[in-house]
Amino acid sequence: MTGLVPHSWLNGLGIPPWVWDPLSISLHAALEATLVVTVTGVALGFVLAKGRFPGRGAIETLFSLPIALPPTVVGYYLLTRLGGPGPIRDAEVHLFGHPLTFTFTGIVVAQIVESFPYCLRFSRTAIAVVDPRFEQAARAMGLSRWRVALLVTLPLARRGIVAGIAMAFGRALGDFGATMIVSGSVPMATTMPIALYNAVFFGSHQQAMVLALVQVGAALIILMGVSRLGKVRPW
Amino acid sequence: MSALEVAVTRRVGEFELDVSFAVESGISVLFGPSGAGKTLTLSLIAGLLRPDTGTITINGHVVSDCERSLFVSTQERRIGMVFQDGLLLPHRTVLDNVALAVRQRTARRERRAMALSWLERVGASQLADRRPGSLSGGQRQRVALARGLAGDPALVLLDEPLSSLDESVRRDLGDLIREVIVASGVPALLVTHDPDEAEKLGDVVIAYREGRVVGSRPVERTDRGPDGEGSEGEPT
Repeated sequence: MTGLVPHSWLNGLGIPPWVWDPLSISLHAALEATLVVTVTGVALGFVLAKGRFPGRGAIETLFSLPIALPPTVVGYYLLTRLGGPGPIRDAEVHLFGHPLTFTFTGIVVAQIVESFPYCLRFSRTAIAVVDPRFEQAARAMGLSRWRVALLVTLPLARRGIVAGIAMAFGRALGDFGATMIVSGSVPMATTMPIALYNAVFFGSHQQAMVLALVQVGAALIILMGVSRLGKVRPW
Repeated sequence: MSALEVAVTRRVGEFELDVSFAVESGISVLFGPSGAGKTLTLSLIAGLLRPDTGTITINGHVVSDCERSLFVSTQERRIGMVFQDGLLLPHRTVLDNVALAVRQRTARRERRAMALSWLERVGASQLADRRPGSLSGGQRQRVALARGLAGDPALVLLDEPLSSLDESVRRDLGDLIREVIVASGVPALLVTHDPDEAEKLGDVVIAYREGRVVGSRPVERTDRGPDGEGSEGEPT
């Protein structure tokens, strides 16, 4: 994403590279993470909301752990699992040609883990509260289970699902602890929160102020979007 | 061959349903007080619930047989359902609601044309582009009736279709339901707790009390459809 906009344009707009580079990395990584989280989180949320099998609660608790854990703990486990010797690291080398720690893909993985619970929990709740009589009516109309899910359940749960996706995107965009440990602050994986930390650490208070303001703006936009989704009449 | 044969038991908590009856052409009415097991029976026939014992046969096809562990899913039973409060999909237009119920594997345009013709038959074609949330109760039930019949069902089930409506709307819609169903030739099973409604709409009344069939009798009427020979049964 950095390369999509030439630096000369950004200079013309008065956006310095020390703002744009981490911002574009943050947006790019958060978008990729949110895409993965949307597909997997909504799918698992559906299974947990509709399935009747033992261990559902345990699965939800396990996948929700990152909400309660300090992000540094998540980062530590990711660093040791992704970067330490073992089958996971071997698989990374096989698939990507190198371990994922200290890379852009590594921060995407960290953001997926951190943001997944938000999408999962919002989706599961939204799907669970869909009036089952609408689904029964659809089945009586001859719709298969797949079509009922796609044409009835998910559209009726869409507000909660979209809110969950927005929350997951916000969490991915704002993650610091896990991303910092997995990326090690290398340039191609320096996100906005890490850039802010570096600015403070090296005493560049003006840069820190600007980076903080940009993140406040991004957070406000996300929260306003979520709030708007909550106010819109369903149909 | 009966349009529907039911001989099932089903326990729900302390309540036990144990019924046996057959439905021929025309409109048969399950009549009884609230809690008698009428809606539970419809759910078993529709395949929304499984019986504990017994069999259900629709149009000669066994759709539920506990002894043989046979259970045909709801979507494969070729039934149409009209629910008490319509249960139209709120995120779809009226036309979409009816078109989704058309089972024929034809092009989308043809399915929508079929849906529109059903809406015309129930006098609701002018509502085609509206969302269910903007409809009155009577309009919703007209659309629900069109949706229940649009899938070329072997049997249509109506669960208290008039109970949530005003008296004047009930009268008009009751006439329409009878007229459209009789004209379609699709056998129907209608649930109600209202004796006037049972008399007005039914060709046969099957009386329910505390999970049992306590009697059945034909209704004398002059507006029988093409197959309306009236069902056998002793007045209760």
